[in-house]
Amino acid sequence: MPTYVNPNKCDGCKALDRPACHYICPSDIMALDPAIGKAYNREPDMCWECYSCVKTCPQSAIDMRGYNDVVPLGASLTPLRGTDAIMWTVKFRDGQTKRFKYAIRTTPWGSIEPFKHLGAQEGISLRSQELYGHAQYHGVAQIPVVAHAKSTQS
Amino acid sequence: MIKPETEVVECDVLIIGGGMAGTGAAFEAAYWAKEKGLRVVIVEKAAIERSGAVAMGLSAINCYMGMKWGENQPEDFVRYVRNDLMGLSREDLVYDIARHVDNTVHMFEEWGLPFFKTEDGRYKREGRWQVMIHGESYKPIVAEAAKKAVGEGNIYERIFVSHLLTDWEDSNKIAGAVGFSVRDHKVYVFKARAVICSAGGATNVFRPRATGEGLGRIWYAVWNTGSVYNLMMQAGAEMTQMEHRVVVTRFKDGYGPVGMWFLMFKAVSKNGFGEEIEKTRVHELQEWLPYGNIRPIPTPLRNHLMLNDIKEGRGPHYIRTDEALQRMFAEHQNNPKKIREIEADGWEDFLDMTMSQALLWASENIDPAKTPSELILTEPYLMGSHASACGAWVSGPEDIAPKEYFWGYNRMTTVKGLFAAGDGVGASAHKFSSGSFTEGRLAGKAAVAYIGDHPAAPNMDQDRVESIKASLYKPYEVFEEHRGSSTREEISPHYLLPKQALMRLQKTMDEYGAGPGNYYVTNEPTLRRGLELLKLYKEDLNKLAARDLHDLLRCWELRDRTACAEAHLHHMLFRKETRWPGYYYRGDFPKLDEDNWKVFVNSRFNSPTGEYEMSRKPYIALVP
Repeated sequence: MPTYVNPNKCDGCKALDRPACHYICPSDIMALDPAIGKAYNREPDMCWECYSCVKTCPQSAIDMRGYNDVVPLGASLTPLRGTDAIMWTVKFRDGQTKRFKYAIRTTPWGSIEPFKHLGAQEGISLRSQELYGHAQYHGVAQIPVVAHAKSTQS
Repeated sequence: MIKPETEVVECDVLIIGGGMAGTGAAFEAAYWAKEKGLRVVIVEKAAIERSGAVAMGLSAINCYMGMKWGENQPEDFVRYVRNDLMGLSREDLVYDIARHVDNTVHMFEEWGLPFFKTEDGRYKREGRWQVMIHGESYKPIVAEAAKKAVGEGNIYERIFVSHLLTDWEDSNKIAGAVGFSVRDHKVYVFKARAVICSAGGATNVFRPRATGEGLGRIWYAVWNTGSVYNLMMQAGAEMTQMEHRVVVTRFKDGYGPVGMWFLMFKAVSKNGFGEEIEKTRVHELQEWLPYGNIRPIPTPLRNHLMLNDIKEGRGPHYIRTDEALQRMFAEHQNNPKKIREIEADGWEDFLDMTMSQALLWASENIDPAKTPSELILTEPYLMGSHASACGAWVSGPEDIAPKEYFWGYNRMTTVKGLFAAGDGVGASAHKFSSGSFTEGRLAGKAAVAYIGDHPAAPNMDQDRVESIKASLYKPYEVFEEHRGSSTREEISPHYLLPKQALMRLQKTMDEYGAGPGNYYVTNEPTLRRGLELLKLYKEDLNKLAARDLHDLLRCWELRDRTACAEAHLHHMLFRKETRWPGYYYRGDFPKLDEDNWKVFVNSRFNSPTGEYEMSRKPYIALVP
C-alpha cells in the first residue's frame, strides 16, 4: 500500500541537509517536490510498504493508504518507533483498535563494537576455515567437516 | 547532454550490494583486511540502514542449526535442503553455511537483535531450522555493525553499479566496476582487486498477480532487480540453475508469511470444501518418487498439490488461523492474558516483516481467531537464498569441496577475483537472512586471501570505461531528442519510459515463461517464442527514455531484469525435464528424468556474441 505525505505536517525537512524519507527509502521513491517544498511518493506502484519512511519521519507526516487493487478503505496502521521498542496502532475499518508493543533492540544504538574480540582470535587464520569470533560465538569448538566424495560420474 | 563528473575509487575488496550478504561480506572482509592494510568498500544503490530484502524486518531467522545445544548438525541441514529441492544441491556450499551460521546468529544476539527465548534460555524455535526474533530493526542493527567494521569513508550509498570491469590483460579476471549516482550527475569508477557481488535476487520479471499499485506489493523486495545476475553474466561468469525459480504459498494479496502459522501455531490448510489436500491428494506425490515420499513434503510438491486442486476447482485455499487459535486458546483454558499474548505474537509476525498483511486484515475487519485467510501461489521469483537456487556457479571451500567444485577460493565465480554471496550464489538454497550474511562472510574472508595471493593491481581498460560512461546517460539523450514528438511526453513512438517497458517484459514472461497466467507451464515452442520476443524487446531497450535520475535508475534495473528473464528461458529450455513441479512444468517433458537430468544446468553468457553457452555439471552427494 503506498505511502502518502500529510501536507499539514511535512516541512520538507528544512532543518536537515536531505529529507529523511528521501534518504532512507530503499525504492528511491520518496522525494521532495520543489514546487511545494514537501515530500511525496513519486512512484506508488513501486512502494513495498516497508514503512521505513513512516518510521523515520521526524514530523510523523507519512502514512499508508492500502493498495488500490485489493485493500478496502478506512483502516490504518501507525508505528511509533522508540529506541528499544516499537508500538503499532491498528485501526480497523469497523473502528476497532488494537495496540501492540514489541521489542526492537536489546542494546543501545551505536553501541556495537564489531571486533571487540580482536585480540582473542588465536588459532584461526586466513587459510583456516573458521570465521572471526569462532571461539566467542560459534558454540562448538571444532568446525565440522565432511569427507570429500568421489564424483558420481567418474 | 549530461557531462557527469567522474570519481575514481581505488580499493581492494569491493562489495556490490549492502543487504544481508553484502553486510556479512563487509564485516568479515574488514576484519581480515585490517592486518594487511587493505581497503574494503561497500557500494549500495539505496541506504544500507534499510536496504535489501530485510529492509522492513523479519519475524524469524530461518537458518540456525543450534549445534551448541545438539539440536542439529550440518549434515541434517544438507539432507533437508537436498530433499526440499528435489535432489539437486551443491552440498559443499550448503554444508559450509550450516557449519558456520550459528556463529553469525549468536553474534546478532550480542549486537542487540532480540530473540524469543524459552524458559531454559534457548532460542524459541518456530520450526526445526527456524528461530523467532523481534526483528523490526534487524537490518539497521546489522547495518550498524557493517558500517563500523568498514568505516564511514568506505561506504558509498545511492550509487547504482551497472557494469563490472574485467582486466585489460586478462578478460577472465576482475578489475572493478562502474556505477552512477542516483542523486547527482556523477559516475564512479571502482578499481578493485576482488569484487563480491551480493545485490539480491530478481523480482517483477513476471507479471505479478497484483495490478495497479499492487505492482509494489510483491512477495520479495521490489528493489531486488536482478543486478547481481546480470553483472556477473556480462562479466562472463558461469551461472547455475537459472531455471530454478521459486514460487511460494503465502497469505493471498498481502503476501504475509505463513511459517509461524504452519510450524508453530500448527494451522492447517483446507480447500473450499474443507479438505486437507496434503491428505486427499497425497497419492499424487507418487508420480514424483523418490521425492514424493520425503517428509516434510518438498516445497515444490506442496505447491504442485495445491495447483492440482485449484485446477479442479476445489479452491479457494484457506489457512485456518481460526481453528488454530481456537485450539490454542482452549489449550490455555481461554486465559485472557494468554489469549492476548498469542494474539500479539500472531500480529507481530506480520508487523515485523509484512505490514501490508496486517493492514489488509484491519481493512477487511478480519479477526484471525474468527475468520480464516486465503492462501495463494505467488508469481515466480529468481533468487538463490530461499527455496530456490539461481546464481553464480562458485567454488566451494577447500576442505570439503570435491575437485569438481573447487578452484582456489571459497565462493569465487569462474571469473578470477569475482566472488558472490547470498542470492548471488546458485545451488545453495535455504540460507535466508542469517545464511546469506554467513555466506557473505565466507566470501569476504576468501576475497582477502585471494588478494594475498594475487596482489597485482588491476589493469583498467580505459576505452571500456569511457564506452560504459557514454552509455550510462543515453536514456536522457533519447528523451531529449524526441520529447517534442508528442503533446504528451509519456506517449511517443520513439521511446519507452521504463515503467511502460517493464509491462511488456512481465507479460512476455507470464505468457511464455511459465507464469501463473499459464498455470506455470511452458514447452519448447513456447520458450522459443518467448526468446524471439525478448530479442525484439532488447532492441527496444536502446530506446528507453529517462527524464531524471530516478527514471535512469529504473532503466538500468530493467536491463538487469531482462537479462535474468532471458537466462531463465534458456535454462528452462535446456533442461528437458520437469524437476520442480509447482515451480514450473515442461509440458513436453512432464516427468522427472533422474537418469539424464540429475545434474546442474549451467550457462555462460558470451558478451561479444550474445549467445548462451549451456552445459551440465555433475551432482555429487557429500552427505549420505
